[in-house]
Amino acid sequence: MSSTFSDHSSATLVAPHLLDDTHHEHHHETFISKYVFSMDHKMIAKQFLVTGIFWAVLGGLMSVLFRLQLGYPDASFPWLEDILGKWAKGGHITPEAYYALVTTHGTVLVFFVLTAGLSGTFANFLIPLQIGARDMASPFMNMLSFWFFFLAGLVMLSSIFVETGPFSGGWTAYPPLSALREASPGSKSGMDLWIISMALFVVSSLLGGLNYIATVLNMRTKGMSMTRLPLTIWALFFTAVLGVLSFPVLFSGFILLIFDRNFGTSFYLSDIYVNGVGALPNEGGSAILYQHLFWFLGHPEVYIILLPAMGMVSEILSTNARKPIFGYMAMIGSMFAIAILAFLVWAHHMFVTGLNPFLGSIFVLLTLLIAVPSAIKVFNWLTTLWRGNIRFTPGMLFSIGFVSLFISGGLTGIWLGNSALDIHLHDTYFVIAHFHIVMGVASMFGMFAGIYHWYPKMFGRYLNNTLAYIHFWITFLGAYLIFWPMHYEGLAGMPRRYYDYSIWESFKQFSDLNRFISTVAMIVFAVQLLFIANFFYSMFKGRKLLTQNPWNSNTLEWTTPINPGHGNWEGDIPEVYRWAYDYGKDGTEFISQVTPIGSSESTH
Amino acid sequence: MLINSKERIHPHMFTLWVSMGSVIMMFAGLTSALIVKKNQSAWINIEIPYQFYFSTIILLSSSGTIYLAKRFFNLRNMHYFRMLSLITILLSFFFIVNQFYAFSVFENNNLHVFGRNSNGFLSFLGVTALLHILHVLGGVVALSIMVFKAYYSSVKTYSNSRINILSTYWHFVDILWVYLFLFFLFI
Repeated sequence: MSSTFSDHSSATLVAPHLLDDTHHEHHHETFISKYVFSMDHKMIAKQFLVTGIFWAVLGGLMSVLFRLQLGYPDASFPWLEDILGKWAKGGHITPEAYYALVTTHGTVLVFFVLTAGLSGTFANFLIPLQIGARDMASPFMNMLSFWFFFLAGLVMLSSIFVETGPFSGGWTAYPPLSALREASPGSKSGMDLWIISMALFVVSSLLGGLNYIATVLNMRTKGMSMTRLPLTIWALFFTAVLGVLSFPVLFSGFILLIFDRNFGTSFYLSDIYVNGVGALPNEGGSAILYQHLFWFLGHPEVYIILLPAMGMVSEILSTNARKPIFGYMAMIGSMFAIAILAFLVWAHHMFVTGLNPFLGSIFVLLTLLIAVPSAIKVFNWLTTLWRGNIRFTPGMLFSIGFVSLFISGGLTGIWLGNSALDIHLHDTYFVIAHFHIVMGVASMFGMFAGIYHWYPKMFGRYLNNTLAYIHFWITFLGAYLIFWPMHYEGLAGMPRRYYDYSIWESFKQFSDLNRFISTVAMIVFAVQLLFIANFFYSMFKGRKLLTQNPWNSNTLEWTTPINPGHGNWEGDIPEVYRWAYDYGKDGTEFISQVTPIGSSESTH
Repeated sequence: MLINSKERIHPHMFTLWVSMGSVIMMFAGLTSALIVKKNQSAWINIEIPYQFYFSTIILLSSSGTIYLAKRFFNLRNMHYFRMLSLITILLSFFFIVNQFYAFSVFENNNLHVFGRNSNGFLSFLGVTALLHILHVLGGVVALSIMVFKAYYSSVKTYSNSRINILSTYWHFVDILWVYLFLFFLFI
């Protein structure tokens, strides 16, 4: 035991029986202040994670339900009527329910799982621990951030139970479907709840993002210069900057939408004719305006989702390849480039909306430019792995899986970024395949990697490895088996968001393929339940952590006690003398950031 | 912890600067939306009535009073600090009332800001001005709490970080209005 501690000159030596203790904390903690309205960043991170897991199960289950419809359009499942009631009359999911499921699946996965669940969890957990701070700049704001998120979730959840159903106009909530109550059942109170929920969510992510930025820039420990920060922190920092600058624009778009819905303005609505309503009295509004405002957030949102995964993967790859990250500064530079370009490419979501083709060509150029920093990052990950002394921990496998998915999904982005190809490919399954692989599943893999890697730090126990390997291989193979075939369907012109393809002569040929995709989706979903069982079982019964630094990692979080209390370090916060990636330097396997530079060593 | 060392910016002031960036993005979103929409059909620009000039002058003078309030706070002259803060709060209420009055001028001329037959330009002005008023109210609430504490709290605080942050925010909200005013004047 003591030999483990001797690696960390500044870490306080404590007897193991004191490790669970939070004796350096002076205030008394009740159940409410410790687990509910906690201001400890580690507890808030766990709250984000568990809430994110809840939403991931619900969102994933929704995809299983609509995949049932897509894979087996003719079959009837009486048990569906038992759970969904009138939304699955006779065991068939109704078209309204299908669109509601697709919409809620998208909203929930993009915002609640991959934004709040991913960066909410890991920014909260890792920023103070890895920069050497006792907590966030404003723990109170941090707590508010979670509770706004929780409230947003509650409102979204309630929309599932209203009589007219949840919003069903797609996760992008384009008007007129989102602006006109009469447009569809989901556009009634379901949309009201959707927009309230999203407004609360924007507030949550702004509160969180402000805090992350302030903490990273102001609260680093002595010696922790910006260029000694682990790449996780850089990634989470850029994520927060993107969120703070782009969510307000979405918010302004929502405000105009609220006025169009409730106060008769014509920002987005014009004198269109709606079935059952007649011609609208509105004049001069433009739905394209909403699309501009939406995608000005929507595109940075992609990187808000992806960057934390990139950062964690960089850290985990380096740690488990026992090699320094290749091209540390290039990694920061490419993340910076991605963060800038993220704001300049939104119109590539709008190539076929009647956008001026000359303007389109500029957006093509800027979009394709993203391939450069992305390729730099991929190159750096591969060269970090190259000739490494690789330990295939579950976290490492998911990180390698992330790199694989990021390459596969990123390459199709080059196709879609071309406005000419987009004429054929837009709104087809090719788009679904592209963004699910590169953004959805890849970020999910980054999240899994992070959970497997930092679980011992979160709960003082390990996850079960066997279950983890089963989880990885089935999810990894399943992800490709689900989304790879969709590329072919998309190339053949199969449009997304249709309820039933079997009635279309052109797409009948894909009915077997659709059934195959649906079957794999169900298997992959079942394996995620296995992961969740592992997650909660290991929290109480998992193998106990006996050392502070299970992965022999360099970063600061592994110098804290096994179960750190509020304040993270007992005694003084350690000082930092080097970057986070001294693996295999001068024949030493790893040198923690808190180890002073030896006399014959070069500095970083 | 390394925060609060003398040469560094107060962390709350820093958070304020970042959130001002956030607020700027929201209003930039609205004003650029107007530019996009302006180039589409059925667009009529409306002349800004002189009441909005009054609003601008009122709000700018509140910037002056809060600046003086801050000066007196730093001189430990709490009497003048409280007085000037109250004047600042009063001025911001004048501003808000005058904003609503200015909008009633449109309605009196049968130009509608919201609702059926509303004018697109005025709808934008209305939404933007309402959002701006909400930001002014945020400042009023914060300043009121501070003044209230200065009157009634048994603990006297002489740390100037609160008033510094508050006056920075106040100037920001004023400059924001000047930007919006000029934008709607010249667009």
